[in-house]
Amino acid sequence: MKSLIQKLVEIPGPSGFESQVREVIRKEVEHLAGNAQVDNLGNLIVSWGEVKAGGLKILLAAHMDEIGLMVTHIDERGFVRFTTIGGVRPVNLLGGRVRFMSGIQGVIGSERLSDASKAPAFEHMFIDVGAAGLADCAVNVGDVAAFERPFLDLGSRMVAKSLDDRIGVAVLIETLRELDRRKIESPHQLLFVFSVQEEVGVRGATTAAYGIDPDVGLAVDVTQTGDTPNSARMDVSLGKGPAIKLRDQGMLADPRVVRWMLAAAEANRIPYQREVLERGNTDAEAIQLTRSGVPSGCLSIPCRYIHSPSEMVDLNDAQNAVQLLVALLQQAIDLA
Amino acid sequence: MPAITPHTTQTINLLKKLLSEPGLSAYEDPVRQMIEAAWQPLTDEISISRLGSLHGLRRAARPPSEGKPPSLLLAAHMDAIGLMVTGVVDGFLTLTEVGGLDQRILPGQRVIVHPADPRSSRQDLPGIIVRPPEYLLPGQARGKSTPIEYLLVDTGLTPSQVEEQIQVGDLVSFAQPPIEFGEDYLAGHTLDNRVSVAALTFCLEELQNRSLAWDVWAVATTQEEETMAGAFTSAFQLRPSLAVAIDVTFGDGAGSSGHKTFPIGKGITLGWGPNIHPALHKTFAGLADRLEIPWKLEPVPRMSGTDAYGLQVAAEGIPTMVIGIPLRYMHTPVEMASIKDILRTGRLLAEFAASLDQNTMDRIVWDA
Amino acid sequence: MLDTTIGHNPGLTEDQLLLLERLCNACAVSGNESEVREIVLEQVRPHASQLKVDALGNVLAVREGTGSQPENSAALSPSSPVSAASTGRRLRVMVAAHMDEVGFMLTYDDEGGLFRFEMVGGVDVEHLPGKPVQVGRDHIPALIGMKPVHHTKAEERQQKVDPDNLRIDVSPGNGRKVKVGDWAAFTSPFMRLGPSFCAKALDNRLGVASLVELFKSPPPNIDLLAAFTVQEEVGLRGATVAAHALSPDLALVLDCTSARDLPVLDRSGMAENTQYNTRLGLGPAVYVADRSTLSDPRLVRHILEIAKKESLPCQVRQPGGGGTDAGAIHKQLAGVPSVSISVPARYLHTPSSLCRSEDWKNTLALVYAVLAHLTPDILAVER
Repeated sequence: MKSLIQKLVEIPGPSGFESQVREVIRKEVEHLAGNAQVDNLGNLIVSWGEVKAGGLKILLAAHMDEIGLMVTHIDERGFVRFTTIGGVRPVNLLGGRVRFMSGIQGVIGSERLSDASKAPAFEHMFIDVGAAGLADCAVNVGDVAAFERPFLDLGSRMVAKSLDDRIGVAVLIETLRELDRRKIESPHQLLFVFSVQEEVGVRGATTAAYGIDPDVGLAVDVTQTGDTPNSARMDVSLGKGPAIKLRDQGMLADPRVVRWMLAAAEANRIPYQREVLERGNTDAEAIQLTRSGVPSGCLSIPCRYIHSPSEMVDLNDAQNAVQLLVALLQQAIDLA
Repeated sequence: MPAITPHTTQTINLLKKLLSEPGLSAYEDPVRQMIEAAWQPLTDEISISRLGSLHGLRRAARPPSEGKPPSLLLAAHMDAIGLMVTGVVDGFLTLTEVGGLDQRILPGQRVIVHPADPRSSRQDLPGIIVRPPEYLLPGQARGKSTPIEYLLVDTGLTPSQVEEQIQVGDLVSFAQPPIEFGEDYLAGHTLDNRVSVAALTFCLEELQNRSLAWDVWAVATTQEEETMAGAFTSAFQLRPSLAVAIDVTFGDGAGSSGHKTFPIGKGITLGWGPNIHPALHKTFAGLADRLEIPWKLEPVPRMSGTDAYGLQVAAEGIPTMVIGIPLRYMHTPVEMASIKDILRTGRLLAEFAASLDQNTMDRIVWDA
Repeated sequence: MLDTTIGHNPGLTEDQLLLLERLCNACAVSGNESEVREIVLEQVRPHASQLKVDALGNVLAVREGTGSQPENSAALSPSSPVSAASTGRRLRVMVAAHMDEVGFMLTYDDEGGLFRFEMVGGVDVEHLPGKPVQVGRDHIPALIGMKPVHHTKAEERQQKVDPDNLRIDVSPGNGRKVKVGDWAAFTSPFMRLGPSFCAKALDNRLGVASLVELFKSPPPNIDLLAAFTVQEEVGLRGATVAAHALSPDLALVLDCTSARDLPVLDRSGMAENTQYNTRLGLGPAVYVADRSTLSDPRLVRHILEIAKKESLPCQVRQPGGGGTDAGAIHKQLAGVPSVSISVPARYLHTPSSLCRSEDWKNTLALVYAVLAHLTPDILAVER
């Protein structure tokens, strides 16, 4: 699973520009599930199984996109000004490296700081691609870049950019692999949605869910932890298992979906944590409000330093998430 | 003003029971069951939406020969604000809010901790929200009112008793029982929006022996306080021709400016603004005048913070109206409303529903 | 009924709990203690040899002991320069518990059922918004509201509460049922929570209930001079005159003191809570020093020895701030050796305080044992 994760995180794919990531994912899944489609916004949707007695149509979503930067202006000396895509924070940019979709790389610099103890605003930063001048700069207004950091393997812990939410993507791919490998029987039809534009307002999930019109929705995304020095209070820690989300800023998980998830974790003795997230939202929020409503929940992978170039997850949490999903998706859900 | 009839007494008794029933956003089962029991005898069909809103249908007396009769959707949200357990520290519970709360009303409030799983057999546990002494808080939290993240719940149990019984995600609702002030006024928590549910129930009572030309959907919506999920999805499912959101509006309590509030006990409000169809406002205004129900125009320059926000933009869009019941001290456990205003609202809704006919939609046009 | 066997520590009886509940639910804000006074009089009258309600409203009740007694030692006489130790007469022990609670007084009619009010005693203002209260003798229901959160800005919500912006609201229909000058108290019905109780006015209905129980079954070796005092919360007023009238040999004050034993929430250090004052579950709290009294060390020593001997839990209240009726009593006349024993409770001076039933049970047992083991020799040694 680690090499899959590494492959996924090293691709640039900010919101709206997910095609490269999508290609890699499609190659992994198209022989495992049928009917691979790409919808009008770029969501990749594959279908596994069919609805049998006691089964439902379940939508599983993990977003392909990551936060990034978009070029607004190139000055005469070849320095590149930018705006942000998704929840980028100034404090995470200074001195960082970026890679454009075209492959060009650069570093982020800033104007002179009047107060060195504070991060400057975005308007006072720029990307330096090492160009000699405007003519020499191969970047154009509208070009898109993502953070650039090599994947770091620390044993059971892994550090990379865009683990939000390539780890979720990897979990869904592995789940599909396991369902296939173990020839799992399930009463449900599973729609795997590798969604776009989550970081800018859960847009891909909105349209994918409308198109699919599922009975139940489940997002797989990252969540914060409370286990680092003087962190915001949070009852989730790295390595203690995937987290079953009760609520976040965007939605309250449907209690029936929560119960279904807890029952599967308990019955199969899979370690898990209970999650209440005060800042942050996921695709589940959009799925829940689709059409006449879709009972929805979210399985979270604990992650430190979210939206920084060096996010950290624990491989065991991801593997346990896969085990939980494989067990869960065989179980009927009581929506009474 | 409707005389006190068995209907009105029944409505007020239902309201008092509703006010003591838990039902936080997304966890409305207990209050939904109570409303369902009250609506059973008053409707032709009851169902529950995918997300848990309650739909009660009064059918048109003579449906048209083809197609469905036009329908009216009357929405009152049944969820209430409260809190949720985020952690356990030395036997005390840490909290986050569900719905919007002013942290300053929390210290000293009596609460009840409910298990997050509605099917759990675990007992509800009483507790108090407490404010730690300042010296226990980090520097930036001192000298001010205590932020919610530093408030705790003391259940009176020992730390090991708490560990056994309470979990992250458990729900915390206010434990304030209803306070009666003679015959006219009532206070407590969840008057936002159970007074509207009571008004809607009174409307159904008034319609019992009347023949309707339209289908009328009474909908107790879910999750208004958090995402308006109920409004968006019930409107999408039912596709009514007209929709009315009934909610509370700001009453004239202490600390509130006169120009932003309406006196309680002196009538209801009719919304006006982009979230409301002007023809509907005018229809309701005329009807209220004929019924001698006092009303005031409530200017809503942007979006109303009610179910109307979701109802109006479902699918192809629905002409929407907002009716407001003035409420003092909104979003505290001591909200106060006038019983007269509740009954007036119910009566206005009933008369509106009864007045709908095959020509009504011709009048709901722009620039008429 | 308190078991009179020394060394026996039975559980709390249902009658004791019902008495405490009745006392906590009664309203008696400083200056207006009638409701509690009536309950106290009803409870002690059958047992008192002398009973009086004085000029401030204190209830002074005497129950003589049954040990041997030289002649001419009437209890309620002015203080004699001849001490009990030298004459061998029974010790005259004043035990005081204040009947009043913190609360409010309505000060101005703002019309429409809204009244301005002021606080009586050290009410914690941060606990006022959004709470039910009751006004006057008839307990007219009312509430202290708060403007809707929708009309507030974030900076405003971070400010501490300004009591000038708050009003007691009896509803527009009930404005005539209350008036300026009426007293109001929190509405927080007594409740049991597992091993704990929660109520308003645990400070000091715990002390009042303890003194009532003691008066009903006192140890026989002392003359018990019970003082149910008034106006403690506004300056120890009742205790001042009660001590003067009773002129006791020594005094024990029964009160309720703060337990601040909550966890540290400052995550930047792993600091310990070192200013807890007292902790729940560790038994009655003995005062060595507070802001108004340095307890008589002979009495403190006696209490700690008895606690050990009887195997009763007992804690020492952290020295420092606060005060009890002892602050007034010990300075009366030519001085009165005094000490206080309190039940620890959290959240005093807020609508809902909380204590452990074990701590009250152990307080009743300790107070009885302390008094039962008193002999006149205790004052023979110099302080």
